[in-house]
Amino acid sequence: MTTADLSSTSSEFRALITQVDKRRHRKDRTMRVLIWGAFVLAMIPLVSVSLTVVVHGMQKLDLDFLTHSMRGVFGGADAGGIYHAIVGTLLITLFATLISVPIGLLTAIYLVEYGRGSLARAVTFFVDVMTGIPSIVAGLFAYALFAVFFGPAVRMGVVGSVALSVLMIPVVVRSSEEMLRLVPNELREAALALGVPKWLVVIKVVLRTAVAGIGTGVTIAVARVMGETAPLLIAVGTIDSINTNLFSGRMMTLPVFIYQQYQQGLVPCTPGQQNCIPTINYDRAWAAALTLIILVMLLNLIGRLITRFFAPKNLG
Amino acid sequence: MAQRIDVKDLNIYYGDFKAVADVGMAIEPRSVTAFIGPSGCGKSTFLRTLNRMHEVIPGAHVEGTVAVDGVDLYGADVDPVAVRRQVGMVFQRPNPFPTMSIEENVLAGVRLNNKRISKSDAADLVEVSLRSANLWTEVKDRLNRPGSGLSGGQQQRLCIARAIAVKPQVLLMDEPCSALDPISTLAIEDLISELKSAYTIVIVTHNMQQAARVSDRTAFFNLAGVGQPGRLVEIDDTGTIFSSPREQATEDYISGRFG
Ligand SMILES: Nc1ncnc2c1ncn2[C@@H]1O[C@H](COP(=O)(O)OP(=O)(O)OP(=O)(O)O)[C@@H](O)[C@H]1O
Ligand SMILES: [Mg+2]
Repeated sequence: MTTADLSSTSSEFRALITQVDKRRHRKDRTMRVLIWGAFVLAMIPLVSVSLTVVVHGMQKLDLDFLTHSMRGVFGGADAGGIYHAIVGTLLITLFATLISVPIGLLTAIYLVEYGRGSLARAVTFFVDVMTGIPSIVAGLFAYALFAVFFGPAVRMGVVGSVALSVLMIPVVVRSSEEMLRLVPNELREAALALGVPKWLVVIKVVLRTAVAGIGTGVTIAVARVMGETAPLLIAVGTIDSINTNLFSGRMMTLPVFIYQQYQQGLVPCTPGQQNCIPTINYDRAWAAALTLIILVMLLNLIGRLITRFFAPKNLG
Repeated sequence: MAQRIDVKDLNIYYGDFKAVADVGMAIEPRSVTAFIGPSGCGKSTFLRTLNRMHEVIPGAHVEGTVAVDGVDLYGADVDPVAVRRQVGMVFQRPNPFPTMSIEENVLAGVRLNNKRISKSDAADLVEVSLRSANLWTEVKDRLNRPGSGLSGGQQQRLCIARAIAVKPQVLLMDEPCSALDPISTLAIEDLISELKSAYTIVIVTHNMQQAARVSDRTAFFNLAGVGQPGRLVEIDDTGTIFSSPREQATEDYISGRFG
């Protein structure tokens, strides 16, 4: 083959591989614009909500606000805070988590590792149904349950925890189930072939491998119920002072506090009145909202750290 | 130490599907027995019945007897978990535990069983097991690194070390070299030849040369057609199988006329 031949075939080849497919390029560009557009559209409400809450919430949010309850605060006085609501929210969600995680995790383990046949199908069906329960119905259910034993006037933190766990359990089951199914079957077989009994395989291999993902799922579930208002309004009620006892009396929680402040609305200050801010209730509501968002974000951060700590380390 | 395995009239099922039928064979102690045969003929399935791993799959069950030193593994009073401690297994794909270090992987059989073991005993066990798996020199400086950070061949030898650390009497290997390069394969074949002085070894392989190289006896499995159960065609000394098998099917398979 001569040099001339070579160069002519090479130029043909060049033509083949440099040909631009115009249609594909156009499609690619359109899709790219659409995807970016969708992303920006999705970001608008998020950014707008965060900005609004931060701008409004910052006005009232200070150390005083975080460390005082609303006890003895009335009218338009520039006083009071959300300490009682923070305590209530933390205690009630913590207890709800303590109820939901064991139940949810054990259910997921049953479904993935042991469940066969109609019972497993029934459990899956009921978990699906539970996912769809409106939160206010969960509140009514918990209230009705406790009213049987404590009479119709029952209002306790633990009732709220039960209501929240009704909402949490299906989320925990679903996410844990998914994480457990992601654990490769080879690892189970490897452990079984070493003569490890099944229950130890489940605890020490399956759970250990999936723990990071399960932690993330639980964090998301907690974050989701932390902002629940309706069931807590029914089951726990409202109060102005600090109550740290889940098993006696009403408690305040952040979402309910926000609702209560918003509902009280503008304060009718008489002109020239000392220490009276007409919009004080709204200011408190915004500051409480900001606190709630920060709490949820802190929780996500902790969840992420846990995940990173437990994640399988692949690269040596 | 090493034990003789006698299989009689074994039928193996996945639910209603009969995957393997009428297997009868004797596996000699302290020898290497190779299983060969076309894909889907039930080599893995049969191998897994030798340490009761078959029944881990939902619906899977067997009929017949597998006797190790005269004791039926499927007898009513036999604990499958205890069987698996005596009959270890190495899988086709290396499967070290991703959450554990190299050292922890070797100790998995001890630690996962919540058994107490002193620090020095543990260190000894790790070294002995890794040495017998020909891996010690390569990893002795990084025992605390994740096991999944090793190369495929090293991972497979780690899995062998993990299986040996339980001190089984029989070692089952299902295509242990199929994911490995020729050098790692040779390393593992050498290892098998060394291990047979202490263990009864059964190996499934698709590599005829490998079967010829490492095994003392070879069993050929075949299946009559799709949906039919696989059967044992013949088992004999490896030399005989590869030079003058009794069955035509064996000769056809070995000489590459099918499968
Ligand atoms: N988990 C399972 N459930 C149902 N049937 C199975 C299962 N595993 C294997 N089988 C069937 O059992 C038969 C034997 O399969 P097996 O895996 O033992 O073959 P094999 O000889 O090991 O093949 P290969 O050489 O490809 O590994 C096949 O028909 C297969 O479809
Ligand atoms: Mg196989």
